[in-house]
Amino acid sequence: MSYLLVCQEWDRLCVNHMIRQRTGYNVAESANTKSKPIAATSTMKKIMADHFLGLDRARKEGTEKIAWCTSVGPAELLHAMGFEVYFPENHAAMLGATRMATDLIPAANAMGYSPDICSYLTADIGSYVKGVTPLTKAYGIERVPKADVLVYNTNQCRDVQDWFAYYAREWNVPLVGIHTHRNIKAVEDYHISDLVSQIKDMIPVLETVSGNRFDMERLREVVGLSLECTKLWREVLECGAAIPAPLTFFDATIHMGPAVVLRGLPQAVDYYRLLLEELRQRIKHNVPAIDEETHRIYWDGMPIWGKLRDLSAQFASLKTNVVASTYCNSWIFDAFDPACPFESMARAYTELFIVRDDSFKEAYMETWIKRFSIDGIIFHDAKTCPNNSNSRYMMPQRMRDKMRLPVLVVNGDLNDLRCYSEEQARTNIEAFVEQLDEKVR
Amino acid sequence: MNYNLAGGVDVGSCTTKAVIIDRSGTILAEKVIYSATDFSAASRNVWADCLVHASLSEQDDIIIYSTGYGRNSVSFAHGSMTEIACHGRGCLHFFPGPITVVDIGGQDNKVIKLDSHGRRVSFKMNRKCAAGTGAFLEEMALRLRLPIEKLNSLAENADGEIALGSYCTVFSATEVLEKIKAGHQVDRIVRGLFHSVVKRILEMDTLTDRIVMTGGVIEHNPFLLTLLRSHTECPVVSPPHPQITGALGAALYALESGNNQQH
Repeated sequence: MSYLLVCQEWDRLCVNHMIRQRTGYNVAESANTKSKPIAATSTMKKIMADHFLGLDRARKEGTEKIAWCTSVGPAELLHAMGFEVYFPENHAAMLGATRMATDLIPAANAMGYSPDICSYLTADIGSYVKGVTPLTKAYGIERVPKADVLVYNTNQCRDVQDWFAYYAREWNVPLVGIHTHRNIKAVEDYHISDLVSQIKDMIPVLETVSGNRFDMERLREVVGLSLECTKLWREVLECGAAIPAPLTFFDATIHMGPAVVLRGLPQAVDYYRLLLEELRQRIKHNVPAIDEETHRIYWDGMPIWGKLRDLSAQFASLKTNVVASTYCNSWIFDAFDPACPFESMARAYTELFIVRDDSFKEAYMETWIKRFSIDGIIFHDAKTCPNNSNSRYMMPQRMRDKMRLPVLVVNGDLNDLRCYSEEQARTNIEAFVEQLDEKVR
Repeated sequence: MNYNLAGGVDVGSCTTKAVIIDRSGTILAEKVIYSATDFSAASRNVWADCLVHASLSEQDDIIIYSTGYGRNSVSFAHGSMTEIACHGRGCLHFFPGPITVVDIGGQDNKVIKLDSHGRRVSFKMNRKCAAGTGAFLEEMALRLRLPIEKLNSLAENADGEIALGSYCTVFSATEVLEKIKAGHQVDRIVRGLFHSVVKRILEMDTLTDRIVMTGGVIEHNPFLLTLLRSHTECPVVSPPHPQITGALGAALYALESGNNQQH
């Protein structure tokens, strides 16, 4: 979810691929190192640009109040209350993808934020104190939009609360949030009723800040749009089950942008209809995302944002497609229901993979692994993101034994490239594919 | 092309190794030189030395595979495989599966498990930290003002051991200085350092079946085998020349590749 700048890098990769196809001339890299360009990308870039420029306009003109929201926070409620909604995790991913993060994290470390905590937090706060943002290069936006209210959901981690608390102190603006239950096996009624109460408790603060009265019908409308968006996003990802797959995990990390920041708005729905149609055409005409797809991988854990391009090229050169992931699936919320917006929001935020116990996670992964004809599983152990690193309590070994599939743990980080060893990762991935080749032979 | 000869070039972070074998897998020549800073030059030089040693020349038809950290710097190689594949293949040449290969290299350690058919079941490399690798022993030798080639005999002949607790190489160096200041004997400290290398291996993975130790660190410090034996009931062995096992594995892959091309 890193948008224009990442898209620009992506374009370069894809353009090279097209030139090679047309002329037989290899522009920059060896053959089979590119995924095929997705035409809908240009539309996505436009709607993402509109999103950021709209926020910037709201900041400058004060036309709408701005709410900061965590990635699976109550965005539906915020849209229904008339806020422009900004997602700092998206900004942090941009800092990672543009490789600005590793230079900015030390600034936050020096302030007292440990290098061991979330590198989204440290990169974002580092960028704030240094007064830089990738939005400047991408959209000409000078600075991120200042929040009128900060709204978190701890379903991602406790770090988001601490992250937002920094800005609440800095700007003296209200901080409200939802504390989601964790390590959940089955979602129970008491989980839902508790969350519904917490969501409703936020309304008076949001009414005061926005100046708007809560409107149940408007909330139903937004939840309905979120439901449409999430259904389409699921269908997009499920296209990856086709053999050969028409998209890669790396494509999906880019194209999930609207599902993250425009969930609850019609633009996201329109976009995924467009993207889905293109992918279905690819399946119909047997157009693979990478040439000569030989192996199919499931990726668990966060993307390594600063290495998306390199990893995409490496996997393509190894004729290996990462066709499914826990991460991109995390924006599928089947539970949204306009008939009962609060309860369905609470359920959607609680059914999330990241808050479930290992038995649920393993069963969930098993379903996708079988459905997507997976040959091997890669776990990314992100140094600063324990909640998204499922390799630390023997899950890889259990999944290997249960699924009878090779597993690999790649050590790295979502944003802090000081925690990533290029050669170690490359060799590990190459050796893993050798192991898959051996199995095929 | 009918290849009667195959070569392997293993460009490691510390040394570059080359091996030439015949169709039966018999080693005709082997060479080891320092990698220094130019991997491409190191691979060319070690290969030239190896050719001379085997009384061969560049005009001979030899299929060559590269491996190791600098495997992509070997411009004359016909193919490449990772060091994980090659150390496994090299060990299988001497010991049938199932085996657990423990390779202690200059900057990384590997634990590779191969089944009874010689197929790889799993592998692990150390993480970014170089604790427990050759680099760790080099750093400690430097701090102790000892020639690195003396470490093995010092550790082996020590009449006791000073336990070291630190994981980090830098903190271990500080700990070693503290032990010296406290008046402990250097040979006992060196044995403690060797034990530290073994502990890093034991932390990486469970060790099962026959354990085959490879790599330059084992070649020059065979006392590590003795120390590892004290921690496991599995047999612990090493190939005749542990340092060239990766290059041998590459040569064996090259030979198989050449044979496959003939059919």
